[in-house]
Amino acid sequence: MNTIKIASRSILRNVRRSLMTVLAISVGASSMVVFGEFVSRVFAQLETRGVISGGHLAVYHRGYFNYGVGNPAAYGIRDYPSLLDLITNDPVLKPKINVATPTINLFGIAANFESEASKTFFGRGVVAADYNRMQQWDEHDLKDFVVDGSINTEDTSHGNVGVGLARILKLAKPLNLEVGPEAPGVDEPASNVSPGAQRDFGGLEEANKTESNGGKATVAAARLDLLAATAGGAPNVVNFFVDKAISQGMKEVDDSFVLMNFALSQQLLFGRGEKQAVGIVVQLHHTRDIPAVRARLEQLFKEKNLNLEVRDLKELQPFYKQAVGMFSAIFLFVAVIMIVIVLFTVVNTMSMSVMERTQEIGTLRALGLGQTGVMGQFVLEGALLGLIGTFGGLLVGLVLSQVVNHAGLTWQPPGSAFPIPLKLMSQGAVGLFVGIGFGLSAIATLAAWIPARNAARMKVVDALGHV
Amino acid sequence: MNEKQTAVVFENVSKTYRMGEIEVPALKGVSLQIRQKRFSMVLGPSGSGKTTLLNLIGCLDQATAGVVTVCGQNISEFSDRAISRFRARHIGFIFQNFNLVPVLSAYENIEYPLVLLGVDARERSARTKQILESVGLLHVADHRPNQLSGGQKQRVAIARALVKGPSLVLADEPTANLDSKTGAAIIELMYKVQEQYDATFVFSTHDAQLISHAQDSFVIHDGELIEQRVSEGRFQPSEAL
Repeated sequence: MNTIKIASRSILRNVRRSLMTVLAISVGASSMVVFGEFVSRVFAQLETRGVISGGHLAVYHRGYFNYGVGNPAAYGIRDYPSLLDLITNDPVLKPKINVATPTINLFGIAANFESEASKTFFGRGVVAADYNRMQQWDEHDLKDFVVDGSINTEDTSHGNVGVGLARILKLAKPLNLEVGPEAPGVDEPASNVSPGAQRDFGGLEEANKTESNGGKATVAAARLDLLAATAGGAPNVVNFFVDKAISQGMKEVDDSFVLMNFALSQQLLFGRGEKQAVGIVVQLHHTRDIPAVRARLEQLFKEKNLNLEVRDLKELQPFYKQAVGMFSAIFLFVAVIMIVIVLFTVVNTMSMSVMERTQEIGTLRALGLGQTGVMGQFVLEGALLGLIGTFGGLLVGLVLSQVVNHAGLTWQPPGSAFPIPLKLMSQGAVGLFVGIGFGLSAIATLAAWIPARNAARMKVVDALGHV
Repeated sequence: MNEKQTAVVFENVSKTYRMGEIEVPALKGVSLQIRQKRFSMVLGPSGSGKTTLLNLIGCLDQATAGVVTVCGQNISEFSDRAISRFRARHIGFIFQNFNLVPVLSAYENIEYPLVLLGVDARERSARTKQILESVGLLHVADHRPNQLSGGQKQRVAIARALVKGPSLVLADEPTANLDSKTGAAIIELMYKVQEQYDATFVFSTHDAQLISHAQDSFVIHDGELIEQRVSEGRFQPSEAL
């Protein structure tokens, strides 16, 4: 009791110095809170972006992930409906899974014959209803971050493309895209082929359909022809109608991305052959369930002797892993700087306190206080400074994060194609608060330990004689 | 002298301080016995070794040579923890500069030694109030040291030294920082409480006029005990002052 009394009153005795120390700790704590919440928000955004498009886990034919991307048909999952049943009906997995859906990844050439433009594309075939449900995933309650990337559920020949691809294939006008100034003129390549001789496969198919419908069907303005090699190696082509162009963040992806309906992608990749899936995407209710679900899936596949492999979010989205690593390193760097500042400030303050109170130390020792008691006295003082500073810093950090969240600021994070609201992850940041609170208080206590030890080791006679 | 009647025994005690390469002898082979429940005085000019003598008696320092026995215990055999416990239990200090804890009130300063001894709160309160009354400071119990006069501070220091009922009270030039009138009042108070609490009092001074206040006196010069006077009776403070 007396120890607490002396410690707290000694802090108040030198108000200015204590205030400076508390302020330094508070600045450290509030900086860590604000930056920590910012980093948490970035993590949540990156995670959400990855999960709404690619799920938490993906199941592939063994070898596809490393070797089969260029030849997806060779790594198809034949009886994927049974596999889906196995996954979704498993009593362990069922409560954890939000969506389990087949998918196809493929490469090919997208052409807009009307505009005489073509471009290689990377396509994903998704079950529209499942994909749209995946787009609703928002575990971190980001709301204003999630962009409507839903795909047409009514017509399997409709889908979305990246803004870059739409621009390259001259779909900007029909899609009402703002693409900036006109593309600079290029010399038209000399062509010996008359326009009539150019083969618009899709156009022919569409013309046939129009004829078969009694000439009533209207040809969509944003129509592409997608060409790819089937599993058998034969070229194949399908009509694809672009509903939306959605920016993909990274130019390489944006310039080649096609999101199509699963049935259309099957038609393109497998032609008239057996319809397969390239992978099963699994979206969970909670990201924390990844290890458990992965382990269970692997166990199931082993039990059923299925030649399948499971990949998780960090493998599927290497950018997510890299960004998390980078921001974690920056946060660690900031934290280390703050810790060093707190450490030196408290050591300095407590050393001054010990020096000024040397005679008091001698007196207390003469009265019978042991070395441990003296040490406890000063350690407690440092801990109190740390606690007050940290608590103040956490409060300031909380206020600052509310101010930032309501300031209406925007920023463009890495991998994002458009500015998004600059917000801090104040909700659910309990772990961050507790970590910073305990961490900085512990650092302050530890910092006080060095001068406290010196105080305890003083010779009583020397301490009493100190002027 | 019967060993049971002695509070402190010095047997050929020497203390040398080392200041870099130079050795400074503070006490040179001092042998003395301080009787229990007596008002003893150590007299000597500045630098004679009085404070060193009191520090050794108070277990604040270790002798370079010789044996120091305090309350029947050879303190050179004690660990730091044991010495702290011994001081807390048996020895009270009154310092020249009062040495009150500045952030504690007069009451809390006096109560502090009882806290160290683990005395329960009710008894602490009763004993602290009683001694505050004895030294006439009940009305300033809540005052911090910076709100007290020099005389009041020294009264608090006396009360703090006596509150735990120590075997031995050491006062190192307790009147040096006080005016003569206050100093006399403090001596009178010490004498009174020594009688009241039946404690062994050892106080040091450079003021030869104060020697008449003591029952036993030890004169020290250049680290050597040059005179020792033991009387059986009590002096009358009012007469001496």
